Order: sequence, then structure tokens, then C-alpha cells
Amino acid sequence: MEQTSMNLDAHCPKGPLDQRWTQHKYHLQVVSPANRKHYKVIVVGTGLAGASAAASLAEMGFQVESFCFQDSPRRAHSIAAQGGINAAKNYQNDGDSVWRLFYDMIKGGDFRARESNVFRLAELSTAIIDQAVAQGVPFAREYSGYLANRSFGGAQVSRTFYARGQTGQQLLLGAYQAMSRQIAAGRITQHSRCEMQDLIMINDQAKGIVSRDLVTGELQAHLADCVVLCTGGYGNAFYLSTNAKGCNASAIWRAHKHGALFANPCFTQIHPTCIPQHGELQSKLTLMSESLRNDGRIWAPKEIADCDKAPATIAEQQRDYFLERLYPAFGNLVPRDIASRAVKHICDAGRGVGVEIAGQRRGVYLDFADAIAQQGLDFINEKYGNLFDMYERITAEDPRQTPMRIYPAVHYTMGGLWVDYNLMTTVDGLFAGGEANFSDHGANRLGASALMQGLADGYFILPATVSDYLAKQHPIRPQDFAAETRNAIETVRLRLDRLMNAPSPDTAPDVFHRAVGEILWHACGMAREASQLKSAITEIQQLRERFWQHVKVTGSSDTLNQTLERAARVADFLELGELMCLDALQREESCGCHARVEHLTDGGEVQRDDMQFASVSAWQYSGDVSQPRLFQEPLLFEFVSPGVRSYR
Amino acid sequence: MRLKLHIWRQQQAEHSGAFETHSVEVDPESSFLEMLDGLNERLITQGDEPFAFDYDCREGICGSCSLVINGTPHGKHTATTTCQQYMRDYSDQSELWIEPWRAAAFPVIKDLIVDRTALDRIIQAGGYIPIRTGSAPEANSLPVAKVDADAAFDAATCIGCGACVAVCPNASATLFVAAKVTHLARLPQGQIDQKRAEKMLARMEQEGFGSCSNYRQCERVCPKQINISVIPKLNKLLYRY
Repeated sequence: MEQTSMNLDAHCPKGPLDQRWTQHKYHLQVVSPANRKHYKVIVVGTGLAGASAAASLAEMGFQVESFCFQDSPRRAHSIAAQGGINAAKNYQNDGDSVWRLFYDMIKGGDFRARESNVFRLAELSTAIIDQAVAQGVPFAREYSGYLANRSFGGAQVSRTFYARGQTGQQLLLGAYQAMSRQIAAGRITQHSRCEMQDLIMINDQAKGIVSRDLVTGELQAHLADCVVLCTGGYGNAFYLSTNAKGCNASAIWRAHKHGALFANPCFTQIHPTCIPQHGELQSKLTLMSESLRNDGRIWAPKEIADCDKAPATIAEQQRDYFLERLYPAFGNLVPRDIASRAVKHICDAGRGVGVEIAGQRRGVYLDFADAIAQQGLDFINEKYGNLFDMYERITAEDPRQTPMRIYPAVHYTMGGLWVDYNLMTTVDGLFAGGEANFSDHGANRLGASALMQGLADGYFILPATVSDYLAKQHPIRPQDFAAETRNAIETVRLRLDRLMNAPSPDTAPDVFHRAVGEILWHACGMAREASQLKSAITEIQQLRERFWQHVKVTGSSDTLNQTLERAARVADFLELGELMCLDALQREESCGCHARVEHLTDGGEVQRDDMQFASVSAWQYSGDVSQPRLFQEPLLFEFVSPGVRSYR
Repeated sequence: MRLKLHIWRQQQAEHSGAFETHSVEVDPESSFLEMLDGLNERLITQGDEPFAFDYDCREGICGSCSLVINGTPHGKHTATTTCQQYMRDYSDQSELWIEPWRAAAFPVIKDLIVDRTALDRIIQAGGYIPIRTGSAPEANSLPVAKVDADAAFDAATCIGCGACVAVCPNASATLFVAAKVTHLARLPQGQIDQKRAEKMLARMEQEGFGSCSNYRQCERVCPKQINISVIPKLNKLLYRY
């Protein structure tokens, strides 16, 4: 691969950290209220970032066109977030502050995120809670009537706000309702069941998208003064993940192919507490909220011989509460990457429990018996009842009676489109918010910070930075660009035709998706190693070739065709999967989620190489998916000195 | 386990539809939608069109999935969505009838997929608190009694799936409207808009949903167990003047 020495400028402000966002906002330009209606912004995706951005920009007076592939903007996958949202309110008087939240996130991300961005996120966290409460988001409250908090992984304070196990759903409904008000006011045009197919570039600026109406198959061009992608992460590259089935990387991948750099693609979060896989034809994995680790204790049998026994018959002294043993300071509430790796080590050593998949029992216990004995069943039910019900529905076992079985699963992608401090990608006029960008979580995301980041981007950051961008543009005249839009539509049509008409069609798209997922899980999952990554790259290239020869899509492209939708997304995963492996191969260190087996301590912990890799790896499409160009953004730590990330 | 499936086929809204019969062999531990995935994959490989159906999160929260199974919206197991039905729940059956939601306000798009955008338009008519980004006061400056916060939450759990409409002999969306109205009206900041109930209900009627005549079928199939006690709350708000 070609490596360039050119560095990326993130346009981070200078000066005291806690003044940076304030000063930066002051220097941003604004559009006067009377002129805002002349500008149009396209927002793709209606999760927390997209819905909050669309609503806020429309409230300001801009025209917004919003797109989602689901049948309603309310269904975006933010809705599935269970546990909570962090904010440095210090309502518990336990020593929390913006600085502490900032530090926890920098350390949680294993010193691979930008200080300026992370501080801004911590700073904005409190305003998000204010906004959500004012919208009517029914957060948990104490009997006093004031807001309640709970603890989450990687923190020693209690700063997580929650709405039972439905925090994402309730926050999204708040943003969706704010959007609905703007739709009614005519300031947002909503396009549901409408999927972005490509970006439209005019004079090297992002000026629109081509969409496909998923009901009629109609391809349409939409021009605007800038484009905001809030299209979520790419965890579904692994096929089995906790993402919704429809989550996909196509929008950000199309942007990447038009020149947007893709940052840290190998940083994928494997969440420790998911329901283990039970069979070959399973369609997805289900997360059990991290909040369960507040009261649940994780253990495995000490002896392999006990792994077949019913958990109730295993004596206390024969149980290994391995997180409490290994990490006494944080216990069961260590960050996700640490917990996942510990679970993997136990199962690799043959001490896993539950169903065997590929010759290995993949599961450990998450046990509530002590919590129920100490706090009472009613109290525990109040906190986790809906999660227990969900678990029981899926597994036919009641976690109140017998411990849950859990195993790590792909959950979130810290990598994404590279953005500067303004959340603009390397394509002029193309912004990315929420999980679609790479900005704030470094090499590992702490629990309860995805909702926070999506909403900070959408409610507060994008409205300011998009305005600044628009203030420097003349409103687009769509009639001047008929040729560009025709060409963009034609390119999309050719690609869809190719998918519909493979030379020897005999294999459904999902078969390829499962295959690439399997390759990625083994080579680019919880443990990564050079030779395995190299062979994974070759396997993905071969699979991609087979895909374009053999993919079988029935029906036609001018009606609702879910097979075509899936084939188009799988085609993109087959390219992105290779980049994920290339990135993992290039990053010759371990950090956060990225555990290269060549770079682990004797105790099996990740070992960073700050001399070589205290940087963001951002990849540019070169015209050949297998030959991307690498750019590096050095990460400077002025306020926190990167230390050994210990939770012991 | 072996099952005979009768699944609704319909090319688009204007066409008439019919049941099509297929036999499947299925693992009792797989989910209902995984069973349909398996059938669809077989159909694609044979060169046939798969059955179109809505799904997304597959963990019972997004509200996309929407099948009537043997006459019951979301199927046999109560208090959950179609995607959380497992085949073990159907081990005593040999035949299943799978249909889309049926209501005038939910036209069929294709096969098992219906158009539920009418529910979005009901929310647009007033199902929100009009607070502008940036103008919110400090969150704890507005205490809410726990009993109100809990009641608001219970109503707010609606996922907008439309099962209440699909089961109602009147195809009414009153439970949907009342849930949103109750959620917002139990909170102090939601009490300012006194016309919300009226606006949302008017929109509901305009969209072609029927009215409530207390069949109480809706709460029986609601995957989030929203109680019909929200409907008297709606009525109280409607007739308080």
C-alpha cells in the first residue's frame, strides 16, 4: 500500500481546552434569519444524530430534506439503545465534572481520540439532558421528583441518565417529535422508504444525492447546498451483530468513493453482554444492556468439568468471578473491550458454558442471585424487568431463576468517515454525524456515550458548523446542473442493473453476507493477527469476485425489491470488509478494541505503541479498493498524558 | 418441525391478493422471521420472488415487523412483536396463516408490507412538545412526581407498530393517539398545548381510521401492553371545556 506523509488538519481550535468550543462558535459565520430559507440541507438518516440535526436546522429556518430507508423516521436503530446517556451533571455529588467525563472518555478510548472533540462532547452533555427533558423524554426519576442516575462501565461516578431499558427509544421519539413538528410546518420534507444510492458532486463539492424510492424503484436526484450523513455504523459487515438488519454502510461507502477519507475502519466494538448465538441460520444477536453489570456478577466455572452442570449445582467456591478477580477497582464495570477479551479468554480456555458453536462453548454467566437476595426481587425487577423479559423471550430461560448466559457480539463501530472539528469530511460540503463519523470514541467507546455523541452532533454541533458552511455558499440553482444529475442517476442505474443481471446467478445475497461476516469475525474480531488478516484480505477479494458473478436477485428493480436492497448493501460490505482488515494489519499495535496478538502484554492486555501509532489512520479511495492511500492525523495530548490504561 | 404456511401474496395496493402455500422444515429455536428468511432464501435460489415483509431491529423495539399470524396481530405470544415470536411457540401447530395488517388507513404496498405513514401524520398534527433546540431550562428545575413520570413512561413505550389498528373491528388508532396524548399530558411541560388531543384525533379521523367503541382488543395485542386506561385520559382532555 502507498503511504503518504501528508498530514490531515482537523482544524481544532487552540488555547484553553474549556474555551475552545465557545471561541470556535464565536468565529463561525452565521446566516441571517431572513436568508436561511434560501438554503437547503440534505440530511440522510433519522437516528439520534440525523433527527436532531434535521429538527434543529429546520427550526433555525433552513429547508431540510430528510431521508430514511425505514417506513418511518421513528424506527432508526438508535431506538434499540437500552442503557442510558451520560452527562456531567454531577447530580449525585460524587465528584463528577466535565473534566472527569472528558478524562474518562479519553482513557476509555485508549488515547486514540482528539482531546478537543472529546472535551466538547463532555461539555455539551449537560445541555442534551436539559433538551430531552423539556421535550418530554420520560427519564427515570427518584421519589423526590428529581432525575435518577446509574453507573456504567469505565466510570467511577454515577452519571448515566436512563429511561428503564428504552433510553434510545425515548430519546429518539423526542427528536422524531421535534422533526414531526417541522414536517408539519413545511420546513422538513421527509422521504421515508427512500435510500441514498450515491452522492452528487458538483465542482468538487457535495451538492446532493441520488435516492431510490424503495416502493416504486424510482431513482431521483436531490440537490442542496450541503449534505449531512447520519447513517450509522457498519457493524453489519460482520453479518451477525446487534445492529438492526437494515443497518448498512452504503451511504458512507459511496461518500468514501467520492473522496471522503475513512478513519480507523478496524475499530469495532465487541460488546461483552449479548445473548450467545444458538444456531447457524440465526439472523442477528441481541444485546443485554451494560447497565445489568451494575448488579449482575459475571462468572464461569473454575473447572472445565463443571461447564456442563446446571449453574445452581456449582458451589460458590467453584465459581470464578473473573472480572472481580482481575480488575478489583472496577470489577464487573470495566470497559467493554476489557470485559469482552476476558470472556473470550475464559471460553478459549474451555471454561465457557451453554451451546457449542464450532466446537466451543461460547458463554459465561451473568448472575443476579446476589442482587436479588440483597435488594429484593421487586427492586431488581423495577430496574431490569424489561431486559429480563426480553432475555426470557429469546432463550426461554428466566434470569430471575437461573443466571443469564452472555457472550460478546459486534455492537458499534468507532471508525467511520474522517471529520474535522466542524464534523466536515474531506469532501467539501459533506458532513457526517453520529456513528457514521469516527470522531469521539477513539479505540473503544464507553457505555452510554453513543446517545450522547449522536445528540451533541445533531442538536448543537452541526447546526453551528453547517450554518458557517452555508454562510460561505451561494444557494444552489438546481436547473443549472441538469447534466450532472442525469449522469449521477445513470451511474446508479448501471450499478443496479449489474446487481440484477449477474452472469451466472445462483446464490442469494445473504449467503455472501454470512460468508464475509464469518471471515471478518475470525480475522478482524476480538483478536487479530498478521497472517490471518492477510489471508482474510485474499478471501474477501475472492468472495467479492464470486459475488458479482453469482449473486441472484429475483424480481425487478422498478418495484419494491428487498433482495435488491440487500444485494446492494452486501456489495459495499464486501469492499469495506477488506479495508477493515487492511487497517487492522497496518496498525502494528494493540489499543482498545484492537487486540493484535503480536502486541499484548504477558497478562494478555493490549499494548499501545504511542511512538508510532498515536494517530488516526484515514484511508483514501484510490480507484482500486485493494490499494487505498493512507493519511495520518497525529493525536496531540496537551491536557491528559497517555498512560497505561489500567482498571485494576 | 414441519409446517404448512399460507402466506399473503399481493403485487401492489391496486391488485387483489391471495394466499400462497409453502411447506417448511424449521428449527424450533429459530425466530418466526428467521423461518421466513429461510423460505425466502429458498425462493430466491429457485428463481422466485421472496415474500416482502417489514422488519428491522429484530429485538422487539423498532415497531417495523407487522404480521397477522393465524388471525392475531404479532402472533400467539402476547406482549411482544412478530420478531420475538419463536417457532417453539408454534410447536403444537401444523398450519399457519400469515397476513398483513388490514385496515383502510394502512394500504398494502406489497405482500405483507403496509403503508403506516398515517401514524406519522397523526404525530405531526400535535404529538410533540414545541420546545426549540437550545431554549430548554436546566433539567432538574422542573421536578416531576415519580408517579407522573412513571405513568408518562408507560404510555410513551408505544412503538407505533399499528397492531392496535390491525386488530380493532373499527380499525381505530385511538390507543395510539391516547398513548401519545397521555405521555405528554402527564408531564407539566406537556400540559401547555391544550388542543393536542383534539388535533391528533381529528387527524386520525381524516386518515380513515375508525372510532373507538370499547372492544378493548387493542390492549390485548399491544406488544408494549399499553393499557386502555389512556383512552379515558384522552377523553377527559377532549371534553374538559
